[in-house]
Amino acid sequence: MSDLKKNYFDKITYRDALRLAMHDAMLEDKKIIIMGEDIAKYGGAYGATKDLLNLFGNERVIDTPISESAIVGAALGAAMSGLRPIAELMYVDFFGMSMDQIANQLAKIRYMFGGQISAPMVLRAQGGTGRSGGAQHSQSLESWIMHTPGLYLTMPAKPNDAYHLLRHALKIDNPTIFIEHKLLYNTSGFLDKNDPNFLFGKANVLREGKDISIISYSRMTNFAENAADQLNKENISVEVIDLRTLNPLDRETIIKSVKKTKRALVISESYYTSSVPSEITSIIFENCFKILKKPVIRYTAEDTPVPVAPNLEKNYIPTIEKIVEYSKKLCN
Amino acid sequence: MSNTLLPALYNTMRRIRTFEERVSELFIKGESAGTMLHLSIGEELGPACVGTAMKNNDTFTTHHRGHGIFIARGGNPDKMLAEIAGKKDGYCKGKGGSMHIADMKLGHLGANAIVGGGIPTVVGAAMSYKYLKEERVSVAFFGDGAMQQGILYESMNMAALWKLPVVFCCINNQYGMGTKIEDAVGIKDFSKRAKSFGLNTLHINDLDVEDAYYKSKEIIESARKFQPGFIEVECYRFFGHARMDKSPYRKESEEKEKRKLDPISYAKSKLIKNNILNENEIDKIDNNIMNEMDNAMEFALKSPLNDEKEIFKDVYSKNDPMPVSVHEKIKKILSN
Repeated sequence: MSDLKKNYFDKITYRDALRLAMHDAMLEDKKIIIMGEDIAKYGGAYGATKDLLNLFGNERVIDTPISESAIVGAALGAAMSGLRPIAELMYVDFFGMSMDQIANQLAKIRYMFGGQISAPMVLRAQGGTGRSGGAQHSQSLESWIMHTPGLYLTMPAKPNDAYHLLRHALKIDNPTIFIEHKLLYNTSGFLDKNDPNFLFGKANVLREGKDISIISYSRMTNFAENAADQLNKENISVEVIDLRTLNPLDRETIIKSVKKTKRALVISESYYTSSVPSEITSIIFENCFKILKKPVIRYTAEDTPVPVAPNLEKNYIPTIEKIVEYSKKLCN
Repeated sequence: MSNTLLPALYNTMRRIRTFEERVSELFIKGESAGTMLHLSIGEELGPACVGTAMKNNDTFTTHHRGHGIFIARGGNPDKMLAEIAGKKDGYCKGKGGSMHIADMKLGHLGANAIVGGGIPTVVGAAMSYKYLKEERVSVAFFGDGAMQQGILYESMNMAALWKLPVVFCCINNQYGMGTKIEDAVGIKDFSKRAKSFGLNTLHINDLDVEDAYYKSKEIIESARKFQPGFIEVECYRFFGHARMDKSPYRKESEEKEKRKLDPISYAKSKLIKNNILNENEIDKIDNNIMNEMDNAMEFALKSPLNDEKEIFKDVYSKNDPMPVSVHEKIKKILSN
């Protein structure tokens, strides 16, 4: 990894921003270890931990057996006993293998044990469609986590946020589930390590607008920005909100924006039913009921397993064309 | 052989049994938080021998039937009983209860109500000790039911692979709730399974707690030198699975026969036979324990209830906002 000491990058990939975040955190805090399948010698299935083994050695960068449940459970035990582990599950779909450790253990130990102990750890995984990974390697399962009190949940879209969210998650005492997107690793953006505007738990208003609020997170944020550009040309002024963290959820920014625009479209790769988008939609209805000009629309992935065929997969999730189309209809 | 060891082990086993009798009484009085109370009466040998063989700063997790283990590791009966009663002075402010009792100061990394759920915790704890160069062993206690959970084998493999100071301790009381062990496994020899992962193994299947202590100590000390181990302690659950269980799945004659395999009676006879303590001295020990547990009962009953706000505490760290009550959310919506 080059430029390890630079504080500002005009252009850095999402992958490198994450690597840099782990690198900087590990330099600063000797209690941070990383463990997961193929994260050391291989460098991570998507390269997010490349070179860390060489830099920090195998005491701190640990390849594990394929035992998702014990990876989370052991990280939790280590977090309770003086370390600050980063556990990586290669695909968010593998949460299915470790959901007891995530939802019944990690999320609850502080509460069950009356506040005696916390589990300061980060569980990284990546999700989303885009590589024809099929029904078991392409899901967006953030709703499972958001449905579980006790877990912080972040889903960055931009390299700068990826860096700061991860650094922050490695300093706080709450277990944080950190979900990346497989198609974002090669995307680029700026990184300012001293970003004065970064605030954990605060949504980012990427574009200010007055006609409609498009609320999103992770890769769909980029779709929202792209759609906003197109809509702008047609004189529709879009406010683009990147939530960045889903727990804590910045309700205020969402409500404030919709009170201004009076229209809202929630975009996500998650399922339609009982999901993060359902939750955000509810919040808007609950708080902006009287001033809404149109019902809030949640535009999500279909309520079906993820298909492999590229043409199906593409239309299984929101498309920019349809975001534009639905926005226009809401603004009619 | 010392003349203080067996009295100490006897004392621990008797304290466990008397404590559990008080838990039962708490339930009968209608003062327990719920009915999910899993007693370790009849199973005292395992907690006593392994718990005593562990060193002061060693740590452990337990299964849902963990009162006995915690007592053996120094758990304070006052705070334990208050926790089981769901009271403010309990170990977890009454929010964990019988099945989630914990005390970080005594190295109790938590009881667990998911069968096998607390097992990988000790693997992680041991990773920490090894990395931080602390000479500590972490022991996972669980029942025979957990021998059929996948997480155990993921954990055994990691412990063996990374040579961690871990001991897996199975208290085999012959029943997973109402299912007899023979109806749950193809092969009953659990040590074979553990051995195949590369663990040291020990199978305890008699009533001599002193002997079991020495053997357990060897396994624990090997673990301290990074050779992880497995201990199976066979015993018999004298009563039902939880307080409401009247054991319809087994015969009274079986219970009657098996209850004769009492590690406490055995230890008592041995103390007398070897002229370590006489009957009067043992009675005195028993009476002291009765008093101790009576006091714990009084403490638990007198302990105040929690403030309702306690619901929202300890979900996130103290530096973070607490979850907002449903009522406050509704109030806000209605005021719009």
